[in-house]
Amino acid sequence: MADLARTQTIGGRSTSADVAAPRSRRDIVVFGAILIFLIAFPFIDQRWELRLMGALLPIGIYAVLAMGLNIVVGYAGLLDLGYAAFFAIGAYTVGFLTSPSSVFVRAGVVPPFFQQFWPALIAAFIVAAVFGVLLGAPTLRLRGDYLAIVTLGFGEIVPNFFLNAVPLTGGTRGINPIAKPPTLGPFDFGQTAQRNWYWLILGIGLVSIFIILRLYNSRLGRSWQAIREDELAAASMGINLTRTKLWAFALGASFSGFAGSLFSAAFQYVHPSQFEFTLSILVLSAVILGGIGNVYGAVIGAVLIGSFDRILAERLTVPLNALGERIGSDWLASHNVGEDRYVVFGLALVLMMLLRPGGLFPSKQRAAELQPDSEDISVQEQQDLFDVLQHDDELSDVRGGQVA
Amino acid sequence: MEFNWTLFAQYLILGVTNGALIALIALGYTLVYGIVELINFAHGEVFMMGAFLSLTAVSAFGVLSNAGWAQIALISLLALLAAMLFSGVLNWSIDRVVYRRLRSAPRLAPLIAAIGVSFILQGIGIYWKGSTTVLPPNLIPTDVRSVNILTDWLGLETRIRFRALDLAVILLTIPLLLGLSWLVYHTRTGKAMRAVAQDRGAAALMGIDVNRTIAIAFLVGGVLAGAAGFIAAYYTNTARFQMGFRYGLFAFTAAVLGGIGNLNGAVLGGLIIGLVWSMSDGFLQTYISWWGAQWTPLIIFGVLVLVMVFKPTGLLGEAVPEKV
Repeated sequence: MADLARTQTIGGRSTSADVAAPRSRRDIVVFGAILIFLIAFPFIDQRWELRLMGALLPIGIYAVLAMGLNIVVGYAGLLDLGYAAFFAIGAYTVGFLTSPSSVFVRAGVVPPFFQQFWPALIAAFIVAAVFGVLLGAPTLRLRGDYLAIVTLGFGEIVPNFFLNAVPLTGGTRGINPIAKPPTLGPFDFGQTAQRNWYWLILGIGLVSIFIILRLYNSRLGRSWQAIREDELAAASMGINLTRTKLWAFALGASFSGFAGSLFSAAFQYVHPSQFEFTLSILVLSAVILGGIGNVYGAVIGAVLIGSFDRILAERLTVPLNALGERIGSDWLASHNVGEDRYVVFGLALVLMMLLRPGGLFPSKQRAAELQPDSEDISVQEQQDLFDVLQHDDELSDVRGGQVA
Repeated sequence: MEFNWTLFAQYLILGVTNGALIALIALGYTLVYGIVELINFAHGEVFMMGAFLSLTAVSAFGVLSNAGWAQIALISLLALLAAMLFSGVLNWSIDRVVYRRLRSAPRLAPLIAAIGVSFILQGIGIYWKGSTTVLPPNLIPTDVRSVNILTDWLGLETRIRFRALDLAVILLTIPLLLGLSWLVYHTRTGKAMRAVAQDRGAAALMGIDVNRTIAIAFLVGGVLAGAAGFIAAYYTNTARFQMGFRYGLFAFTAAVLGGIGNLNGAVLGGLIIGLVWSMSDGFLQTYISWWGAQWTPLIIFGVLVLVMVFKPTGLLGEAVPEKV
């Protein structure tokens, strides 16, 4: 593992796979083909009766969540275990603002403008960011593992509050209905219009990828990577640690809040059980499985984990039970594949950490947070020097071109 | 409103027994953290597995319908030892298979792996006992459960209930705490543990087998968690695959509150959290009408967040400058 990591050490080479979208003609073709396939998928689904549309909506939302968490964990190297809390905050914000059953709407304190879907969505985005800052400001100076536990505590407190503050949130009754996006030409967003929801979420996902890639190459994005690689060095270079981390935290939180508001509108209800710790871990497994610090990896990870959670868990149970009855295994005959999610998420995390800490699709400059410590500094220094010598030309190119 | 002393005493007793239980789990967190600086997220699940094993063990030994005190005590002791052994070996194997390979990796890698292990163990818990709440075998008959020491044995006129069951929890915990303290402060192994905690490299230079010492810390932490698992299962008379999450986080809060890495701190933190738990569950309700047990996790996680933010060293811990 040490060898694997050493070849990917730090360095100033910013020629990551993440840099901008397609570069060569081949990349453009591949990218275009995937895009066309994704846009056309509802028709494929209809033609071959796959009935996957219902499952693809949550999977798409997981992907947006994973992209957001990737900013926090992958780019800035901060382990956030309470990510579902912001998802809940986003979902409840939209619920409070737009649902006719919400206390605030009935009390008449919500301006009619915010009772619409899109303004409420933006409000949720902002509210989640504000909570991200509120949680982050006092906690981001903590050490990595302490921060993880504080976010976990926060992630337990928020859904617990929504569950118990019955007069405000309706407790286990949840909130419904939620405002729908207004009809756009031929596209309406009723509950049966899954196809339109699919395209909407796909569009939002693509826009998110674009925004995140731009962010990654911005001054802020480079500061995140610098902090992730070495806080002390980054601080000496004049990067404001707290402010940079806070940006990562707030942006990650707002992505989560945004995804939460989409989720609540797509499924037309908000319920405290949707935001449990398991969700935070599901998204974390997706990011780690796909490849920490790599947007595409995070999306693929979310699709893999989400497919298990939303498609395989349902579809495998019946055939497995039938098989169990045929071979006379009582356990298999009554086994519910949905119960395997704990083992699957857990194995994803453990095996990745042990075997492939960079994920299935590692970013070239992947998280140094997850690389072996430089106990043996001399070896690493030599290696770095070697890398620099090797890539001297490349390096000067990058210097000249990008780092202004 | 007059202060209700009877009720207060009642919840005090409950708080102390809960606290003893939490302290046992918290010690496992603090032992491991003190030595390898790893938040062993799977520790709560090791506790849960201990509880599950004690259920299986008692069923295997068989429960007699008209068992006397001696038989109950014997079966309990056997089940307790089985749970301790099982959880100890389990925790030791987790370290051997997972954490040891990540020893030189940065801090977040073993933490993420620990979360993974915790989920795997929860999954195994579901395969073992199902995903619903399990009732333990009827080891302690109801009439024994409800024996009140104060009225039934001492013949006092009081409405406070101090059951033999509560006493048993405390009587089981104290020798374990003393044993741990003896191990850490009066044996060669304990000395090695303290040395490794202080400076791993220097300890290795002094000829201490670091990996073995760390493994012993995991083993001992697991043994305590197993004992806690047995106690929790038969004291509360329920078990569930998710029990480790709640207990584990409460215990972790206790360890942090007391000062993580500090053994006395874990016990102190455990007692405080146990008291907060019982007071919030029952006592506060008599004064604040809308309060109820559902707010307890909120309070305790609030304590966790506040301690971490404002006093990460806890009550008894000392500030350790972060190594750069």
